[in-house]
Amino acid sequence: MQALTNRVKVLEQKPMSFMERLYFPVILKGMGITFSHIFKKKATISYPEEKRPFSPVFRGLHVLNRDEEGKERCTACGLCAVACPAEAITMEAAERKTSEEHLYREEKYAAKYEINMLRCIFCGLCEEACPKDAIYLTETFAPANFTRESFIYGKEDLLIPDPKTQPTQLLEAKGLTDNQITNQKTS
Amino acid sequence: MMLIFDFALFLEKFSLIVVVILGLLGIALYTTFAERKVAAIIQDRKGPNRAGPFGLLQPLADGVKLFMKEEIIPLTASKWLFILGPCLAMLTAMMTSAVIPWSSAIDFFGRKVDLQIADINIGMLYVFGVVSMGVYGIMIGGWASNNKFSLLAAIRGASQIISYELAMGLTLIALLMLTGSLSLKTIVEQQMQTGIWNIVYQPVGFVVFLICAFAECNRTPFDLPEAENELNFGYHQEYSSLKLGFYLFSEYINMFISGAIMATLFFGGYDIPFLNEAKLAETLGGNIVAIMGVLSLLLKVVFFLFLFMWVRWTIPRFRYDQLMDLGWKKLIPIALVNMLITGAVILWLNK
Repeated sequence: MQALTNRVKVLEQKPMSFMERLYFPVILKGMGITFSHIFKKKATISYPEEKRPFSPVFRGLHVLNRDEEGKERCTACGLCAVACPAEAITMEAAERKTSEEHLYREEKYAAKYEINMLRCIFCGLCEEACPKDAIYLTETFAPANFTRESFIYGKEDLLIPDPKTQPTQLLEAKGLTDNQITNQKTS
Repeated sequence: MMLIFDFALFLEKFSLIVVVILGLLGIALYTTFAERKVAAIIQDRKGPNRAGPFGLLQPLADGVKLFMKEEIIPLTASKWLFILGPCLAMLTAMMTSAVIPWSSAIDFFGRKVDLQIADINIGMLYVFGVVSMGVYGIMIGGWASNNKFSLLAAIRGASQIISYELAMGLTLIALLMLTGSLSLKTIVEQQMQTGIWNIVYQPVGFVVFLICAFAECNRTPFDLPEAENELNFGYHQEYSSLKLGFYLFSEYINMFISGAIMATLFFGGYDIPFLNEAKLAETLGGNIVAIMGVLSLLLKVVFFLFLFMWVRWTIPRFRYDQLMDLGWKKLIPIALVNMLITGAVILWLNK
């Protein structure tokens, strides 16, 4: 048969040499190899102390966005739920009252918005479907938990902190250090 | 006949036994930890490092875990033999330590205390007898479990240990011709006097003895009785909780003891290399030299323990026919020839 690539390696099936048949020298050679591995760099990353950087396209837990004035962007159009292949998103829409204009951007908003993190496959299609830039996938992942119920994230888990009333929490959520936060506040 | 009961001697031996047994248990505990650490660093990992500083409390956590597990005796198992199995394994592992000379005698408030539980003149034969009894722990445990995997493992273990004992015995005969004594203490003292360890006279014998020691301890590459991927867990598959712990511990104690015996027979026991102990004892005092001797012996044993682990994480397991082939067709002839040559040379030198 003609080779498809030039990477074919033909193995030589020759009988074992005398040194190989003695077996003992070969063992010593193998032990030399394992001994040299004692001094090699360890591949382990001690997780909680040391974290591996995420790739810029990493898709983790979702957040629900607010605009600059702290109004919720989501209008409960349901496009994310339609786009979701795992059917992890459920929502209930409600109409904005006149007194709630500082809370919600549009006339309609999500009264209830739930994502089941056990169903979610973190494909990011909700993010792509959203016409209002309301849902985003972040670089964190769902922490372990004991009950299934705790993996259904409600609005209180998903919404980002209000930039008006809770600016520090927002900066913290973005993963900035305390130093950076004080720098941003003063500037 | 008058039976004179030397109470001080009883107390001396009793405390020595307690120290040795507790020491062995502690060493076995930390050998499991060392095994995991060595396995990790050989495989480019870090190993247990969460429990306590450097993970040093890990063996305690493992021990507590073993205690907390449910003690199960299978319904179809033969109950008494099932319990007897791990007891025997532990007992025989511990019993061998009785004849090992840990160091020269120390001076304890005017009383000369030998750091050896029993200096019997058939020490080497005693070791042999007890070690061959060790196979009963495996056999009885495997048979009493009433499980086909355990039974298969027990049969394997029994035939393996019996096969390798032959070659081991033959190497020891060669050594015996050299030393002329079966007492381990005498063997060590001879090596200390001449300053030349027996390994120099018996390199081939040592290698054969080492290979047989691996087989006797059921360590890789001879761990067929507990071959995980063939026999699930081998002879201790049905065991849980502390009875399993006894089996696992006895393996490590066996390793330690065989290391100690190899050090005693071939590497001068508690002899400190390139030092004249008798001269040192005059300047430093006998007790300090004795303690240094213990440390020297322990250091040699630790090296052997590391060797056991090192080999385990290097070499894959033998196939059963290869195992038998190596034991009967290679090691026994080598040991026989070694014995013949040793005998001939001794005769020739003595004319």
